[in-house]
Order: sequence, then structure tokens, then C-alpha cells
Amino acid sequence: MSNFAKNIIRFVFFILLQALLLHRIPFLHKTITPYLYYLYILWLPFSLPRGWLTFVGFIFGLTLDYFLDTPGLHAAACTLIAYVRPFLINLLIPQQGTEQSYASPSIRSMGWAPYFTLVLILTLLHHAYLVFLEWLQIGSFLYFLIKVVASTGISLLLVLLTEMLFVRKERFRTNKV
Amino acid sequence: MRNIFLFIRRYLNFLFFLLLQIIALSMLFRYNKFHEAAFMNVAKEVTGSVYDRVSNTEYYFHLKRTNDSLVNENERLRNLLSTNFENPDTTSVIVKDTVPYDTLGHFRRFLWRQAKVSNNSTSTQNNFVTIHRGENQGVRKDMGVVSSNGVVGIVVNTSANYATVMSLLHRNTKISASLKKSGETGTVEWNGDSPLFLTLGKIPKSAKIQKGDTVITSAYAIEFPPSVIGTVYNIVEDPSTNFYTLILRPATNFYSLQYVYVVENLQAEEQKNLEEATKKIQ
Repeated sequence: MSNFAKNIIRFVFFILLQALLLHRIPFLHKTITPYLYYLYILWLPFSLPRGWLTFVGFIFGLTLDYFLDTPGLHAAACTLIAYVRPFLINLLIPQQGTEQSYASPSIRSMGWAPYFTLVLILTLLHHAYLVFLEWLQIGSFLYFLIKVVASTGISLLLVLLTEMLFVRKERFRTNKV
Repeated sequence: MRNIFLFIRRYLNFLFFLLLQIIALSMLFRYNKFHEAAFMNVAKEVTGSVYDRVSNTEYYFHLKRTNDSLVNENERLRNLLSTNFENPDTTSVIVKDTVPYDTLGHFRRFLWRQAKVSNNSTSTQNNFVTIHRGENQGVRKDMGVVSSNGVVGIVVNTSANYATVMSLLHRNTKISASLKKSGETGTVEWNGDSPLFLTLGKIPKSAKIQKGDTVITSAYAIEFPPSVIGTVYNIVEDPSTNFYTLILRPATNFYSLQYVYVVENLQAEEQKNLEEATKKIQ
């Protein structure tokens, strides 16, 4: 399957997963909203130019927003992490040339520690910005802090589970391909 | 001039990022004020049809509960039938006034339309219900929405075939409510904590309230005919004011909404116009 088609399918899958499943889970209310959808942005290929990456992040967030009736909220957060991602990857990548030899960020291509540092930082950033925007309209500061921490915890757990359940077959690309 | 171009070239990505942020934030803050956003109508059609398919599947799992609530409603309505009230006293005859029930609809105030729920959220701070009935089927903004058990919310946005309802579980919801027993009015709000509880503020301390009292929409809420909002669960006494704050249990079960009724107040326009005109005179 081509990279493009794969990413389109992932786009639809992550949006539906978030809108139809994770946002309907009751009783985790108030402080915890499980978010997983932004993993799509983390999984986008290295080869995507920075401008396009930001744009895809915006469109992706906006699509979810239309499902959840919050135009702009998730779009803003997704644009932020999509913009920050290349900087972080440049910092965290273990050796020169990983961008060329692997298609996208994963445990295989970056190693456990750098990959999860990337996930942790982007998750925190995404949640902090998202809850901050929510908090501007409602809520107290304590609520803001608790919600960021609790949602980040749940999201990291979900990301970990996803990475273990759905191992992406990342082949080492040689010049022959 | 050349420097400007160089600057733009150099920071193109950053400027692009800023532009997208500005678009997103302006959408966000405008939406909360006006409940309208760019392409929302088109998007509603798409998301609505997706949600519709999902709710069609879920529908089968909830059939039993839906039946139960409909049976309960039928029972309540049957009890209201005039044939239930037979008067053994032959000197007084019940004269049934047929005028309010006339088929011409001259005197009708509320028109009910059923609608199927195609999406519903309870887990966020601002919850909406999407229903499969839109402008083409007569739903307009600001109409009331009621389930077979009680009040659900108010229509805030419509597309051709779908409408979004701001449910009682929304931080901006304010519905005028009164105690059924004594008639004191206050405002029902939701503080965003638990979807199982609502708050009713501004009830004067002179009111005699007991736990379990029924709260209905007041006559000031022009979107609704008198319909049940919930029952008093707890009474919070604030010593610094002359008002009680009541904690209510909503009558509607927001976790299992399947069918709702959209209520149109046919005389709302007239009432609003009169009130506007009165304001102008002053």
C-alpha cells in the first residue's frame, strides 16, 4: 500500500476512534478525557515538508472539531504539535540519517527512550494547550493542572498500548528500494 | 524591500503556523458567542450521516430501555385521558371544551415533532445532542427539545436535515424553572461536574422545599410547555444570601437518549415582537 493511502486510512480511523469511542466513555468525566487521535500526527512520515505537516495537523484537528462541535479547539492544539514535531525530532534523533533510512517516527526507528520522550513532550504540549483554551472560558487553575496531568497519564497509557498492539512494520530502507 | 522578502522566506513556516493558529482561535472564540462557524452547515451534513449510522447500530442495543420509557409515557398520558374521570354526580356534567383541540390549529401554542437522536455526548464540559431533523423538517434555532422523561435542551444550530441541541449538560445552558408545588422560579444551570446533577439557583428561602420535589420549566421559558426538568436531590443553604441553591437530578437519562421531541412555540414570535416593541417605547 502506498504511504499516501495508508495515511488517509489512518486519518479516518483515528478521527472515528476519537469521536465515536473515546469521547463517549462515561464516568471518566470532569478531569479525564482520553485522547489518542493526535498519534496520527506523530506517525506522519519524516519526508513531509514542515509547512505541509503543519497544514495536515490543522486539517486533522479541524475534522475532529466538526465531529465534536468545537470548531478550532483541537485544530489549534494539533497545529501546535505538528509545528513543533520537526524541531523535537531533530533534537532527539539518535544518529544522522534516520530520516533517510526509516519512513516515520517509531520505536524501531528512533529507539525506546527518544521515541517516548517525543510522545511525552508532544502529549503534554497538546493537552496543556487544549485545556488552557478550555480553561480560558471555564474552570479554575487547579482544574486546569489536574486535567492536564490526568489526561496526559491516560493518553500515554493509550499510546503505549497502541504501540504494543499495533506494531508498525518499519523496514530499514536501503538504496535499492 | 528585499529584506522583507528574505524575512518572509526565512520564517515562512512560522508565519504559516501563526496564520493557522489565528484561524483556529478565531473560529473557537467566535463559535462560542454565536454558535456558528465556517462550513458548519456542510460539515453537519457529513458528520450527521456518520453519527446516524452509528446510532442506527446502537439503537438495537437500547430498544428495551426505549420501550420502557415509552410505555411509562403512555401510561402517564392514558391517565390524563378525560374518559378516566367519570363523575357519578348527575347534576354536574363535565363539558369538554373542544376549542383548544381544534384541528385548524388556530389556538395551538405548542407543536411537537419527534426526532431521532443521531449523536449525543456527556463526557465534555459542553455537551451537544445531534438530532436527525433539520430545517427541511421544520426545526429552527431556539426551539425546545424534550425527551419522553423530561427536558433535553435547546436547538442552537440547524442544517438541512440535522440540528444540534445544546443539552442541559452545557456550561452555557440557562433555563428558567419553577418548583411544581409552590411555583417559585429560578434558573437551571450545569456546573460541568457530573452529568448526573444540575443546579437550580435563585430560589428564595421563603419557599418550602423537600428533597424529591419536582422541578418543571417555568412559564417564562417560552421554548417549553411545562415539562419536567428533574427532582430535588439536595438543598444547599448559603447563609450569605437569601436564596437556596438546589441540586437536581435530571429527569432525562442523557446516557440513553434515543428519541426526542422538538417543541415549537407557535406564538413565540408574537411574544418576542411584543416585548421588543415595548422596550422601544420606553
